[in-house]
Amino acid sequence: MKNFQIIKALSSSSAITGKAKDDSSMFIAGGTNLVDLMKKNIVAPDKLVDINGLDLKKIEFLKGKVTIGALAKNSQVAEDASIKEKHPLLALALAAGASQQIRHMATVGGNMLQKTRCSYYYNTDMPCNKRVPKSGCGAIGGSNRMAAVFGTSDSCIAVHPSDMCVALAALDATVLVDGPKGKREIKFTDFHKLPGNTPEKDNTLDSRELITAVEIPDNNFSKNVHYLKVRDRTSYAFALVSVAVALDIKNNTINDVRLAMGGVAHKPWRLTETEKFLKGKTISEDLFKQAGHLSMKGAKGFGDNNFKLMLGENAVAEALTIAASK
Amino acid sequence: MASKKTNQNKVMPEDSNSRRDFIKKSGLFTALALTPPSLVMATEKKWDEKIAEYLETVPLSIEVNGTKHNLNIEPRTTLLDLLREQLQLTGTKKGCDHGQCGACTVHVNGTRILSCLSLATMQQNAQVTTIEGLSKGKKLHPMQEAFIKHDGFQCGYCTPGQIMSGIACIKEGHANSREEISEYMSGNICRCGAYHNIVDAITEVKEGGKEI
Repeated sequence: MKNFQIIKALSSSSAITGKAKDDSSMFIAGGTNLVDLMKKNIVAPDKLVDINGLDLKKIEFLKGKVTIGALAKNSQVAEDASIKEKHPLLALALAAGASQQIRHMATVGGNMLQKTRCSYYYNTDMPCNKRVPKSGCGAIGGSNRMAAVFGTSDSCIAVHPSDMCVALAALDATVLVDGPKGKREIKFTDFHKLPGNTPEKDNTLDSRELITAVEIPDNNFSKNVHYLKVRDRTSYAFALVSVAVALDIKNNTINDVRLAMGGVAHKPWRLTETEKFLKGKTISEDLFKQAGHLSMKGAKGFGDNNFKLMLGENAVAEALTIAASK
Repeated sequence: MASKKTNQNKVMPEDSNSRRDFIKKSGLFTALALTPPSLVMATEKKWDEKIAEYLETVPLSIEVNGTKHNLNIEPRTTLLDLLREQLQLTGTKKGCDHGQCGACTVHVNGTRILSCLSLATMQQNAQVTTIEGLSKGKKLHPMQEAFIKHDGFQCGYCTPGQIMSGIACIKEGHANSREEISEYMSGNICRCGAYHNIVDAITEVKEGGKEI
């Protein structure tokens, strides 16, 4: 790892000013992804701005919403009694991510900014448009078992690795950011972007902006929810495919529904068409099978990851079945 | 010295992105620069770059297993390397060094974390407990006793991390069933197939009710 300067920010404004003064600087919070990337020389900032001293750790239930500070730890949110009660889908998704040691370190804001685990991104001997723009994509025509099946481009087929973000996309969350030009809000589903011609950009955040919080509006999804994560081993592995589902069921009829998938795209993949299809319908095994089929419409495999098309269908049907039976 | 001086004069005023420049600028905003006064002095006196680089360490106060240390470290030093290389506490193991195996698990302020992914400089005034800090004199910690009794280690390399996680697992309230123990121990990887015995050991300590 290259050596660097580190400064400790004492307020959001000083953190933003400090970073804005130097484009080669980066914020560091939990560091679980950044330190690893620095060890592998994938990123090599000259300066780090340590934001752990900022007052952004609180989980506050306000009228009509919950505000989760960007520096709240993943384990803190996953085990918060009120989050478990009001937004159990988020708690389930967080608990499915990484290991408890990492969840104790990782923050909500950092989780949103974590990098893909595409093996070509991590191997500096291989081409990767995300790591070195215009260097090519090793995964297209290469080993691509983990790769995306939705929203890909000729320059990148990497997937976003977060579990938490899949739940936040489903729950209509909003990201609060602060920057040199002031505060603004970004709809969670607009936060991460598809690769297009600029896969090096994971999201719509300006490089000088700081995530301060995530907000989730109140909802009726406190019971029939599930986060299904399909992976190569039972625990502590990234998703091949994951499904976040939240159902509001009245008299065996789907009053409202939210659905999103992980492991299938460059961003958490919200399934709005399937949501429309399910709304107002009576629950049945066949309905959920149809929903699974509809969810993977338009998906395209790249060889090694073709299995995700059928896996995705089954995972959506299975997640809906489990959520409905709770 | 003359040649070095020439070199320095050439580099310093033109290189606006130099570390020294950043340090000067960082004093302008309210962020607290962790840069030691010695480096600022080196900058102001326009000392040789190499000397300044050598001095680019940050002060760190840290308590490890009840002993306070006041150190100067490079910002890139991980907590794991600080423990093993500088403090000679080699009980904490370096396995993958990339957060995937859990061999480096330690407790920081009572919470288990991965020391390989933690920058030591970010643990200012922290209280760290490593495997060496568990026993009281010659009396082993109940979890250490239970690991021996149940043969919870094979080659032993992952064992310090497993024991640190096992204790945390109970303290966090995640040792209520064999399934829950397995899930919350999943960040500690062992190749030797000792998992079953590890779960036995943790279950016994949990049910034994001893203070841990």
